[in-house]
Amino acid sequence: MLPVALAPAKPNLDELKEAARRVRVDVLRMTHKAQSGHPGGSMSMAELLVALYATRLRVDPRDPKKQGRDRFILSKGHTCPGLYAVLAERGFFSREEFKGLRRAGHLLQGHTDHKIPGVDMSAGSLGMGLGFGNGVALGERLAGRSTRVWVMLGDGECQEGSVWESAMTTPFRKLDNLTCIVDWNQIQIDGFVKDVKDLEPFADKWRAFGWDVREFNGHDLKEVLAAYDYADSRVGSGKPVLLLAKTEKGNGVSFMRLKADYHGRALTDDEMKRALAELGEEFTGAI
Amino acid sequence: MSHKVPQGFDKPAPTRDGYGAGLFREGERDARVVALDADLAESTRSKWFGDAHPERFFQMGIAEQDMVLTAAGLSTTGLRPFASTFAIFTERAFEITRNAVARPNLNVKIVGSHGGIMTGEDGASAHAIEDVAIYRALPNFRVVVPADANEAMNAVAALNAFDGPAYLKLTRQKVPVLTEPEAPFRIGAWPVLRDGVDATLAACGALVSEALVAHDLLKREGVSVRVLNAHTVKPVDAATLERAARDTGAVVTAEDHTVIGALGGAVAETLGDTYPVPLARVGVQDRYVESGLPAELYEKHGLTGKALADAVRNVLKRRK
Repeated sequence: MLPVALAPAKPNLDELKEAARRVRVDVLRMTHKAQSGHPGGSMSMAELLVALYATRLRVDPRDPKKQGRDRFILSKGHTCPGLYAVLAERGFFSREEFKGLRRAGHLLQGHTDHKIPGVDMSAGSLGMGLGFGNGVALGERLAGRSTRVWVMLGDGECQEGSVWESAMTTPFRKLDNLTCIVDWNQIQIDGFVKDVKDLEPFADKWRAFGWDVREFNGHDLKEVLAAYDYADSRVGSGKPVLLLAKTEKGNGVSFMRLKADYHGRALTDDEMKRALAELGEEFTGAI
Repeated sequence: MSHKVPQGFDKPAPTRDGYGAGLFREGERDARVVALDADLAESTRSKWFGDAHPERFFQMGIAEQDMVLTAAGLSTTGLRPFASTFAIFTERAFEITRNAVARPNLNVKIVGSHGGIMTGEDGASAHAIEDVAIYRALPNFRVVVPADANEAMNAVAALNAFDGPAYLKLTRQKVPVLTEPEAPFRIGAWPVLRDGVDATLAACGALVSEALVAHDLLKREGVSVRVLNAHTVKPVDAATLERAARDTGAVVTAEDHTVIGALGGAVAETLGDTYPVPLARVGVQDRYVESGLPAELYEKHGLTGKALADAVRNVLKRRK
């Protein structure tokens, strides 16, 4: 279980590494049980999520809608298995819920739903999280609260024009209490982002829009924590920070990494045996 | 700000002025009200609120998706946002509205001014004639089309009084004043403006005053028409509608909108379920219209009192 912190906790790299491993295992197990879902993009953000929830987000699992809480907005809402894994670790709901993923009458929806404790935005359709996050950041500031809003976008997601409308707003309104993370995992559904519609020069685009951009290895926890430290240090600077996390879709399992195939399908039983073995687990079919 | 915001209307006024007055009034009363616009604050009259409360007004520029998303986020922080632009441009953000507002049932009011062919000279690209239909299709949404400026003003208060999404459609042009400034607006409760036993005219927005013209024309021929102000297209006032169908045996709907999917569609659905009677739907006949003076376009496309009277006469021929 990740430390239940209401204020930023001192990070233990080994604990975080272990938590990221467990996230990958949970993601594979719950999507396998559901026989659908999005493992690849859940795995690319494992380190990003565990570091955020263990060391940054001032949230309270006993009061998920607590006024003034920090927000995490998963704009790439299809990768909710990764989020659900971390929320369960953090104590927002029981791990028993995993086996009901994507099934009628159960809590965990196929894309994020704000009825799920700990989920701050009903997402699922791409390109909406940054604008929504801007609204939250504006409202919190108007109320005089020092709330932090973290938005995570996918790289392919940045092909949506609405992202750029909202990317103009954040610096224009000096919403430096908002930090945007891009999970640059390189692959979308129909292939590599660079082949579908190349977004480069990506960092330059965000800088031109008025953001303070920092690039780092999204799977190196030390770099992730340093990036978060940097973002926190820039609150009050008048400029929002864009954290460009270089990652790999499907990272953590050798045959899944950088494969578009694993964007949106669950593993077969055979694949599960091999994948879980790499992650130090046995495939029993249980979650 | 030298302009004084009206507190009520006794002369013809556009319903967008009613919105400006209502938003201003709610904003004075309720510190949680915030407003957004997309470079049309002057036209939608959201500027009247914005000038009085600049820290609670968010000009989003020509970016409707950004505006609706920002409103959605604001609504989760305890604020009560009203997001306005031209009705047609609200449609740019329709999927945003569907997924980020309607689906999570957030407290965001979308306000579309310059609705219908009454918008006139700007031409077909600007005439929102499908907006009510698409918002009606969204679960959790209420859809309101006020008949005059007082009604628009009071609708703002009624909409702010509940938590949930809604669409409010307004006119660019002046319409006659039919209601009192003090008359409270009740969502989903259709006032019976004229009683009658021979036919029912259910109209919304700019067509309500035309319905009253039709009523008077038909009265001279001895035809007594019940006129309903169908200001809420979702939810319809099923009880009033059904009673009218039972009492009169024939219904005509009238709206500045395509005849597909809005008031006409809602009435057809409701009566088809409960008490089918001969029904005629007056509106834009599933086509795009052209630039013209509002009065010219209304004349050409059958949205006048005279045309409504004809529609009533025709539907009466179908009654058994």
